[in-house]
Amino acid sequence: MSAHALPERKAPSGAFAFFRERGPLSAWRLFTFTLCVLVAIPLLVVASSLLHPDRETWRHLADNVLPELIRHTLLLTLGVSVTAGILGTGLAWLTAVCDFPGRRFFSWSLMLPLALPAYVTGFVLVGLLDFTGPIATLLRQWFGPEVRLPPIRSGGGAALALTLALYPYVYLLARHAFLSQGKRALEVGQSLGLSRRQGFLRIALPLARPWIAGGVALVAMETLADFGTVAVFNYDTFTTGIYKAWYSLFSLPAAAQLASLLILFVFVVLFLEQRLRAGMRYTPTGRSAGRERLVLTGFGRLAAPLFCGAVLTVAFIVPVGQLLWWALGVAAQDLDLRYWAYLGRSLLLAGMAATLITATALLLAYARRQQRGALTDAMVRFATLGYAVPGAVLAIGIYLPIAWFDRLYIGLMGELFGREAGPLLAGTLLAMLSAYLVRFLAVAHEPLAAALQRITPSMDEAARSLGLCSRQLIQRVHLPLLKGGVVTAMILVFVDVMKEMPITLMTRTFGWDTLATRIFEMTSEGEWERAALPAVALLVAGLVPVILLTRQTER
Amino acid sequence: MAAHVELISVGKRFGEKEVVADLSFRLGPGSIGCLLGPSGCGKTTVLRLIAGFEAVSSGEILLNGEPVSRPGHSVPPERRRVGMVFQDYALFPHLTVEGNVAFGLHRWPARERAARVRELLALVGLEGHEKAYPHELSGGQQQRVALARALAPKPELLLLDEPFSNLDVELRERLGLELRQILKQEGITAILVTHDQQEAFAMADEIGVMHAGRLQQWDTAYRLYHQPANRFVADFIGQGVFLPGTVLNSHQIEIELGILNGSFPSECAKGCAVDVLIRPDDIVHDDTSPLLAEVVHKAFRGASILYTLRLPSGGTALSLVPSHHNHALGEKIGIRLDVDHVVAFKR
Amino acid sequence: MFSRLLSSLILLAAAVSPLAHGEEVVVYSARNEQLIKPVFDAYTRATGVTIRFITDKEGPLMQRLKAEGPNTPADLLLTVDAGNLWQAAEEGLLAPVNSPILQRNVPASLRDPGNRWFGLSVRARTIVYNTDRVRASDLSTYEDLADPKWKGRLCLRTSKKVYNQSLVAMLIAEHGEAKTERIVRGWVANLATDPFADDTKMMEAVAAGQCDVGIGNTYYYGRLMEKKPNLPLALFWPNQQGSGVHVNISGAGVTRYAKNRAGAIRLLEWLSSPAAQNLFADVNLEYPVNPQVKPAPAVAAWGEFKRNPINVAKAGELQAAAVKLMDRAGYK
Repeated sequence: MSAHALPERKAPSGAFAFFRERGPLSAWRLFTFTLCVLVAIPLLVVASSLLHPDRETWRHLADNVLPELIRHTLLLTLGVSVTAGILGTGLAWLTAVCDFPGRRFFSWSLMLPLALPAYVTGFVLVGLLDFTGPIATLLRQWFGPEVRLPPIRSGGGAALALTLALYPYVYLLARHAFLSQGKRALEVGQSLGLSRRQGFLRIALPLARPWIAGGVALVAMETLADFGTVAVFNYDTFTTGIYKAWYSLFSLPAAAQLASLLILFVFVVLFLEQRLRAGMRYTPTGRSAGRERLVLTGFGRLAAPLFCGAVLTVAFIVPVGQLLWWALGVAAQDLDLRYWAYLGRSLLLAGMAATLITATALLLAYARRQQRGALTDAMVRFATLGYAVPGAVLAIGIYLPIAWFDRLYIGLMGELFGREAGPLLAGTLLAMLSAYLVRFLAVAHEPLAAALQRITPSMDEAARSLGLCSRQLIQRVHLPLLKGGVVTAMILVFVDVMKEMPITLMTRTFGWDTLATRIFEMTSEGEWERAALPAVALLVAGLVPVILLTRQTER
Repeated sequence: MAAHVELISVGKRFGEKEVVADLSFRLGPGSIGCLLGPSGCGKTTVLRLIAGFEAVSSGEILLNGEPVSRPGHSVPPERRRVGMVFQDYALFPHLTVEGNVAFGLHRWPARERAARVRELLALVGLEGHEKAYPHELSGGQQQRVALARALAPKPELLLLDEPFSNLDVELRERLGLELRQILKQEGITAILVTHDQQEAFAMADEIGVMHAGRLQQWDTAYRLYHQPANRFVADFIGQGVFLPGTVLNSHQIEIELGILNGSFPSECAKGCAVDVLIRPDDIVHDDTSPLLAEVVHKAFRGASILYTLRLPSGGTALSLVPSHHNHALGEKIGIRLDVDHVVAFKR
Repeated sequence: MFSRLLSSLILLAAAVSPLAHGEEVVVYSARNEQLIKPVFDAYTRATGVTIRFITDKEGPLMQRLKAEGPNTPADLLLTVDAGNLWQAAEEGLLAPVNSPILQRNVPASLRDPGNRWFGLSVRARTIVYNTDRVRASDLSTYEDLADPKWKGRLCLRTSKKVYNQSLVAMLIAEHGEAKTERIVRGWVANLATDPFADDTKMMEAVAAGQCDVGIGNTYYYGRLMEKKPNLPLALFWPNQQGSGVHVNISGAGVTRYAKNRAGAIRLLEWLSSPAAQNLFADVNLEYPVNPQVKPAPAVAAWGEFKRNPINVAKAGELQAAAVKLMDRAGYK
């Protein structure tokens, strides 16, 4: 054929060479697998208790409380998911597609409840609306002692608190969907003779379904994993059952059995979400959606800002107001220099976690892209499962192996070197960050996977055909396009870690109190007013990233 | 600068499936080639093999006489100096038109880079749109940006993957002509992939018809139309019907409509049964002819009418007739054979 | 000049480097930080011993202790309920301590018969009532609250809180399961509203008239009355003719694998001594465990009462049975 020797294929240079491998044992596969193992450990630890089931305790639970637990958990999850779904979607439609006075303000302010943990909203609601609260008391003064508000310490109250705290997840995602295709969908509908309402229901909504499904799934998982809020309302769900079995009945196996059932619920949610998201398209459409908005007139013009205002008031302004009021009351005696330390630690932890988890999620998103296939997809799904496991279950599930490892390490040190070593992992930052990683990987992965999917394979090939090597490709094409996703991911994780309590409580080092642990200390003693002070600090610290996030999503 | 492309017995398998088999062709510098075929025939795969995004399973690809692809060895795409225009344009959404076009020129000095960008935008007719972002442009404009971007680094070979499939018909024709002009002007070798015959005929110097991973015929448009190498090409290219016929002697075939004089496959001797390709322009309208056929369908084409005729034997034939001969359905009209090239295949 | 520089550098280094030479006791505490820090600080001032502590709910604390095994850094486990201490002892997490000081300072019913844990402060779980609507003469015993005459007038805290579990456990110890279940069912039937997540809210509900009586810990009452002295709320000591008021302890035990066992014992002894008892108990309006120590004036003002003499360890022994009983009775 040809007389010339074929030029030897020059191996791609640098670290990226490793990442271009596509064989079964590629670095990507190994990485994803390692993450899965990390996530699997706490789940396995919990499941391993099933090996020695506690039949007696289980029988007691099954006879007396399980039906109610199942009913309550189902009702709560369904109730919160549906309500938050409708609320978030409706608000997103109003602010993304329509125009009315105050729209700009509401676009970003409706995200603010993200900075408030659900259990804080919960105890504020109970404080305000219970029999002994100011509103009921006032009503009784005016209208006599028989006047009653609907009972707040109930499933309904818990659902309300969770809905108000969690709707921003749906709002965020639905808004994104409507911004990119809402107006266009309406126009198509109108050209087919559909009214605006029909256009919304029959075209815009189905088009946005994958995003809404994603948001609702997040809400459902948060609800399933929630413990703090339902404890405030004394509403029995799986998580309270798990705590009871574990700590009151002293039966880890029974708790594990309940936890396994809970994980089953989670799988169902994830499965449903998968089905609903089948039609997700991320590649940008050829033409931009029309810039003009649907201007509301008449009744709509009045109702829209009122509705948005009402939600904002109940979900944010009132709780914050109440917290400030309480906090001011106790500030004199409680506020001291230590608060700066708590704030500092909360910020530091959240910052470190955000960086670590975002980087990991980015690598995971790349792994999925580079190593396409059903196995990778399944592994990625599994690796993000930690989000739905209740924090305390996860904490124990992580802590036990850490302690076991430490025992091993110390034993080894003693034998090999005759040294009296201290524990290596327990109570270290490493343990905390690992636990956060398992718990919050899903939060960072969602926006990053979405952003990465916008970079089509043909874009990669176009860049390569123009002479770019892998490093340049990442630098000049991927990074600029991923910036938005990275920022979103970091902010979401940051806020979540700041609010997180059970894992922080369990795995923290001595003296490392954060704002969230302070809130716990107070509320566990029923000192709601004193809990308001760290709650306000938490809120303020969380507001900055949340506002940044709203800026981010305006694009 | 322009490359000479040669493929020698190139084959590609994905797992068990053989997607391209024993494909060979040669394209001279400055020529525009085209791979034409129905979807799934493997034409895009061949393009990707030439670009270097896939590796060959067998055979060899040479650019300017240098082997760039061989089983087990492959020059990576970024080193091949092969430009590519993708079906979905693959413009970078975070860069302006200017940024996109200049993308491959990152090693050039700034002043020359700016000059080249201006030159290309003028070439594709997009002056004034430098600062626009891809999502603000129409489909045709985006396609032109993609083209300018691919041409900017002065590639030796340009590959185009169904570049016009996302555009409307008028735009397609116009851009096709423009593109050919630009390519000839710059003297760039190009290979185009399409399923649209008109596009192939308008743009390419040489066309390869592909089917099920194999190259059926590599030839000029004229010869593909009038001298198809096999039944598939005959069927795929242009329009026509096959009429049964019998070989009379070494240069004559008898069919229902008459006797044809011409050459045909040599394996057929006297008495051999063949199918003869009869194109619409092979049958002319002749009022004086004793042979009558019934009009079963007519399609007005502006300058001509394409009649579908039922022959006395019951078979169908097509005839392209100047449109002032307007006959009604059901009417019997006189026809006559007017065949210059006899195309016959053994049955 | 150089020597001065050198010595100041050494001092600086000594100040900055960790206090490796000072003695240290590590405490795992279910008792909240704001309650124990003042006490520990006082100990450090008095003895120079540093106390490092971590606070958490008792469940996770015990899990942690168990998981750490022989490597645990904890010397002392401090909890807010006897049930937890009993459980910890059962799991082999605590080691017996033979200390005449502790024997003397802590009454027998308020410490482990096996000397593995010792009460440090006492809280009573007693009846609170609305003084506008109920007369003290209407009240008598815990069991009486199950009587239909209290229908729609009773408020309780959730059965998930260990204080109620201990109360029911003591009832089981006294009456047996069958009778106790009847009592608890009676309570549930008399509830005016769903059980509360905490004592304070429950007491406020009693004061507001949502219900007339409730059962809660004395120190919550004390804290509430401090904040809102004008509430129509008062304490009642039930079962004075019978077994007495149910009491529980906040206490501690030395861990089995304590690195500084001697230091832990010294701390424990100090906590039980008159020097510390007021500090420990008063800050939370609890009763000192040491019979020689007088409670805070505010606490003393609630009056004297007969305490149930059953060893508080029973609370732990029967906790699981109590929880199951409450589940069966529908007490949430």
